[in-house]
Amino acid sequence: MTMKVLVPVKRVVDYNVKVRVAADGSGVETQGVKMSMNPFDEIAVEEAVRLREKGAAKEVVAVTIGAQAAQDVLRTAMAMGADRAILVRTDDTLEPRAVANVLKAIATREDAGLICMGKQAIDDDMNATGQILAAKLGWPQGTFASAVTVADGRIEVAREIDGGTEVVSLTLPAVITADLRLNEPRYASLPNIMKARKKPLETIEIDSLGVDTASRLTVVSVAEPSERKEGVKVNSAAELVEKLKTEAKVI
Amino acid sequence: MTALVLVEVENGAVRQASRSAVAAASRFGAVDAIVFGDGAEAAAALPGVTRVLSVPALVNDLAEPAADLLAARAKDYSHIVAAASATGKNILPRLAGLLDVQPIPDVVEIKDADTFVRPIYAGNALATVRSSDSIKVLTIRGSNFDPIAAEGGSATVETIEAPASEKSVFVKVELSASDRPELESARVVISGGKGMKDAANFKLLEPIADKLNAAIGASRAAVDSGFAPNEMQVGQTGKIVAPELYIAVGLSGAIQHLAGMKDSRVIVAINTDPEAPIFKVADYGVVGDLFEVLPELEKAL
Repeated sequence: MTMKVLVPVKRVVDYNVKVRVAADGSGVETQGVKMSMNPFDEIAVEEAVRLREKGAAKEVVAVTIGAQAAQDVLRTAMAMGADRAILVRTDDTLEPRAVANVLKAIATREDAGLICMGKQAIDDDMNATGQILAAKLGWPQGTFASAVTVADGRIEVAREIDGGTEVVSLTLPAVITADLRLNEPRYASLPNIMKARKKPLETIEIDSLGVDTASRLTVVSVAEPSERKEGVKVNSAAELVEKLKTEAKVI
Repeated sequence: MTALVLVEVENGAVRQASRSAVAAASRFGAVDAIVFGDGAEAAAALPGVTRVLSVPALVNDLAEPAADLLAARAKDYSHIVAAASATGKNILPRLAGLLDVQPIPDVVEIKDADTFVRPIYAGNALATVRSSDSIKVLTIRGSNFDPIAAEGGSATVETIEAPASEKSVFVKVELSASDRPELESARVVISGGKGMKDAANFKLLEPIADKLNAAIGASRAAVDSGFAPNEMQVGQTGKIVAPELYIAVGLSGAIQHLAGMKDSRVIVAINTDPEAPIFKVADYGVVGDLFEVLPELEKAL
C-alpha cells in the first residue's frame, strides 16, 4: 500500500481548563492557559498510525496551521507515530472555510490518499472543517467515524448517527472525521518523545500557498452564558418527589 | 427572503428538531422544505411551509448527493437551514464547502438575518457572529427554538430526481431498538454516569424512566467505560438536551456534560459526593448512594 495519510491537528485550550471570557468581550482568555492537541485530533492521529502499522498506509503526515508555538502539537503527533509534520505558519485565527482552503492546498501538494481528522475542535465547536474540505476536494466523506476498514481501494466507515450506527463505503481518496469511540489514543512514551524531536518538521508561510484565508464571520461579541443558581439539597427520595410535584410542578 | 429547511422525517413524522428548525427559519421570511426519502406529506402538513421539494430516491441521507442537490437549488434562497442533528451536521457543512461559504453551526439565537448566537468552548461562552456570506448555511439547536406544530399546513410538493452517488455507497444501518422517547425530544431525561459502576446497573434507571416516560442518557465517562452506547451520550460531544426535567445519577458534572444539559428547566442530581460540580447547577440535590436512592425514588413515584 502506498497511501499517504494526512492528519490535520489543532492546538486548543486544554480540555481540563475552565475557560474565561475576556473582559472586553472579544473572545476567551488564552494568555498563560495550558494548550494541548484537540482531543478528537489525537484520535485521528492514532487511527492514521494504526492504518500504517496494519500496512494499509505508507506514511502519516501531521499538519497544523498557526503560530510557531503550534509546533508542540506536531511534536506530540510525531511522538504518537506520525512520520513527519508541516506547520503552516500564520498569526491569524482562521475559520473552517479558510482552514479547508489551506488543507486542500497541502493535500494536493502531498498527494494524500486519505485525510483523517477530528470531527470537531473543542474551542470553536464548529464540526465543519472535514466536511468543507471533502466538498472542496470533491472527495467523499465519512464523518463521526467509530470504525474504519481499508480494503480494495475503498474505505468502509461506521458512522455515529442519531439512534445508532450507519456504515458507508467510500472510494479513496476520502476524508474521515473521528468520533470518540474510534479508538483510544496511545500515550507517547519518553523514547518516542525523544525520537519525535529528530523527525522532520517543515514550516510553510501561509502566504506562499496563495489561498483565500479571509473570514466570512465577524465576531460581534463573546459573552458568559447565564449562570444557573445552585438549588437546595433534599434529604430523601420521598422529599425529592414531593418537591418535584408541588414546588417545581414538573411531574 | 426565502429559507430552505432540510426536514427529517422518521416513521412518517417530522422530527421535533426539524420542526424547531422550521420555526427558526420562518424568522427570515417564507419557508420551503426539502425531504430526502419518503415523508413529503408530513413535511407538507407543517404550518408555514410553502413548498416541499421531495427527493424520494435519496433514501439514506448520503451527504455527497444531498449536498450536490442542495447546492444546485441554493441560489433561490437566502438561508439554508437544518437541525443540528447527525444528518444536519453531516450534510450542511459539505453544502457550505460547495458554495464556498462559512457555515454557522448550532445556532441558539437569531439576532437578525445576518447575526446569530452560537455556543463555543462547550457552551462556556456564547459568540455573537455576523455573516457576510450571501447565502447563510445554518444548523439550529432544537432545544432553543419552540417547534412549530406538526399539522395545519398545506404546502405544494415538487418531486425532484436524486443525483447519482458513486463515491459514497450506503452499506447498512443499525438502530438501537427502544420504545422510549428520543433523547432530544423527551420531556424527562434520566442519565447515568460513571457512578453506575457497570453496564448492568444502567438497568436500575429503567423502572424510573418507565414511570416518567423518560429517555435514558449517559455521561461521556460512562460511554467511555463501556456502560452505555454512544448514542446515549449527553454532552458537548454527544446530544444536547433541554427537557423539562433532567435527573443526573452518579455523574460528577464535567464541563463537557453540563454543556449538553444545563438548559434543562429542572435539574435533579443524585451523587455521593456533596462537592460534585453537578450540584452547582442542580435545582434539587440528593447526597447519597444511588444504589439506595434509586429504589426509594422508584417507590416514591
